[in-house]
Amino acid sequence: MQQLTAETFDQNARAALNDPVLHGALRNLADNFVTRRQNAIASVDDWEGLREKARAIKEETLLHLDEYLSQFVENAEKAGAKIHWARDGKEACQIVIDLVKNRDARMVVKAKSMAGEEIHLNEALERSGIEPVETDLGEWIIQLAGETPSHIVVPAIHKTKEQIADIFVEKVGIEKTDNVDVLTKTTRRILRERFAEAEVGISGVNFGVAETGTILILENEGNIRLTTSLTKTHIAVMGIEKVIPKFADLDVFLKLLPRSGTGQRLTAYQSLITGVKKNAADAGPEDVHIVLMDNGRSRMLGHPVTRQSLACIRCGACLNACPVYQQVGGHAYGSVYPGPIGAVITPQLIGISKAKQLPYASSLCGACKEVCPVKIDIPELLLHLRAEITDGTAGGSANNPERKRRFAESLAFKMYGKAWSGQFSYGLGTKAARLMQKLVVRDGKIGKASGMIAKLLPPLGAWTAWRDAPAVAPRSFREQWKDGLDKQG
Amino acid sequence: MKVSLFVTCLVDQLCPNVGVATVEVLRRAGCEVVFDERQTCCGQPAFNTGYRKEASKFAKRFIEIFESSDAEAIVSPSGSCTAMVKHFHELFPDEPEWRQRAEKIAAKTHEFGSFLVNVLKVEDIGAASTGKITWHDACHGLRDLGIRSEPRKLLKNIKGVEFVEMENADVCCGFGGTFSVKYPEISAGMLDNKIEMIEKSGADTVVACDASCLMQINGRLSRIESKVRTKHLAEVLAGSEPPA
Repeated sequence: MQQLTAETFDQNARAALNDPVLHGALRNLADNFVTRRQNAIASVDDWEGLREKARAIKEETLLHLDEYLSQFVENAEKAGAKIHWARDGKEACQIVIDLVKNRDARMVVKAKSMAGEEIHLNEALERSGIEPVETDLGEWIIQLAGETPSHIVVPAIHKTKEQIADIFVEKVGIEKTDNVDVLTKTTRRILRERFAEAEVGISGVNFGVAETGTILILENEGNIRLTTSLTKTHIAVMGIEKVIPKFADLDVFLKLLPRSGTGQRLTAYQSLITGVKKNAADAGPEDVHIVLMDNGRSRMLGHPVTRQSLACIRCGACLNACPVYQQVGGHAYGSVYPGPIGAVITPQLIGISKAKQLPYASSLCGACKEVCPVKIDIPELLLHLRAEITDGTAGGSANNPERKRRFAESLAFKMYGKAWSGQFSYGLGTKAARLMQKLVVRDGKIGKASGMIAKLLPPLGAWTAWRDAPAVAPRSFREQWKDGLDKQG
Repeated sequence: MKVSLFVTCLVDQLCPNVGVATVEVLRRAGCEVVFDERQTCCGQPAFNTGYRKEASKFAKRFIEIFESSDAEAIVSPSGSCTAMVKHFHELFPDEPEWRQRAEKIAAKTHEFGSFLVNVLKVEDIGAASTGKITWHDACHGLRDLGIRSEPRKLLKNIKGVEFVEMENADVCCGFGGTFSVKYPEISAGMLDNKIEMIEKSGADTVVACDASCLMQINGRLSRIESKVRTKHLAEVLAGSEPPA
């Protein structure tokens, strides 16, 4: 399957909008997840207070990230975990590959890890002759389908039951069935065989507790338990922003994350892993490795507006609430992280020039901000990125290729700025518009713009493809005010 | 109370009747209304597209114009434009004096429905009408300004009118300023969902306090020749009909 990129978001979106099967799948997501979350948060006394607490914990952590990371490392190492530092995805992949090869392992079982997706870990493993086996059902399904996740929490949400059944038929070789029980039991049988042979398990990390050196991983299926306890070596890939100060802080996040992400009060399993077993005879891995990864995160720390991006706990609530995501799904974003949070961190992780459409792929409705458990102001971030993309100023510039590309738009905004900076020129503009619109106004409104006019005025063409446009009124408000409205009343 | 009207460029040029209705209702509520003709635009389109330099020029002009008024409040028939005024201070990160002036003006600026209910303490303006009305929560008014109960109180007090709550009233209509023409197909998809909910509610009139949302919604209703009409909150409360 051809990999979509963020640079072609508009084309990706159009293709997604023309996909009726995807439309149905996304409709289900929108209908179900929003309601489930609303029901779940009703079981918390002071939801807003909890969000504020979480935001404060994250802000404090990010302001002193170096200290908390050091504390985390010290305590994790004391408990027997091995810490590795990775500047970027390439280094992280190499560290993981070396650890796997140390075990002479030719295959690894993988728990779902967005950090792993971010660094394209599976591809790197495969290139090194190591077979990664996804064990989260959604991830396993898309691995079979040769796709990437379309959602941070439910990676195969874009697939319907029928599509999943077809994948099983094609890739697993069972007879066609829509019996979910059969599909689940088949998956369990296959994955358990892989678990039995696996010596190395790779996971992500939801939270790393500085106070104790503990990592917490959440799941519903039990595959993370098997990945991190049946194997001889457990490798955890952890973004440096995942650290939180105290063990007690977990209480706040455990109340927020499952409710926000899937509408559950709590996930089925929470694995708290602190170092390695004390006795060799005990069950559990012989070694635990934590790969602390930067990959662009320290860059985001520097600015107070972008710093909040690192507070994200990857719950996916913003995706579920986003009316744009609900229309186009995750793949259209062409990035590892889709949806509102994806639109703000992707340009920062891979470079604005490679993802300049994403900050504009939003109506700024703010639904994301409303549901974010750690109160990230995503609209503020989107606006910040938009200002960076345009350099904050209208008008073309030789130094900014993006502004050159947006020349027409930029010029229009420059003219709007000049024309409307004075009462007289504003009034003149109104009169001019009234005159020019005679070309297109019929019955007091503007219908579908014809080919020629649509070409000359692309925004008008874009608007009227689907909607009528209003005409400029024959008498503006200010004209009516001067005409006597000021004296009435 | 003396009120200075911030009519907004959209209302001024595309639906001036909304401005007239706003003046009428404010006068009915006992206010003296003044209008400074020097006003043009709050600069929201520039701010939202990233052109902060242009946006700050608009903001400074707005602040200067409205500072010169002795009115106690600035009232606008637009949630999004009012929200923009509240965001003015973000345009002056290195100009503390302008930031202060922006914050002062922002504190005096109110969205129309919120002004009636929260400042004038008026929930019944003595309006009368007919039919079934539903309310669309425009995003800025709802999430930036926290306006939710006020318009519903005002609408429910209109004699002769049945108020119905539509499903997903608080979901974006898909306008989003330049978003509507940068990503017209996504905008259309979101709009279709809104139209579906409007039709499901059984209302014959959709009301909002943002001319931009109404333009988006009415644009599609008009194209599909729907019998449902859009009206601005001020128009419904004034009981006035838009000119033919």
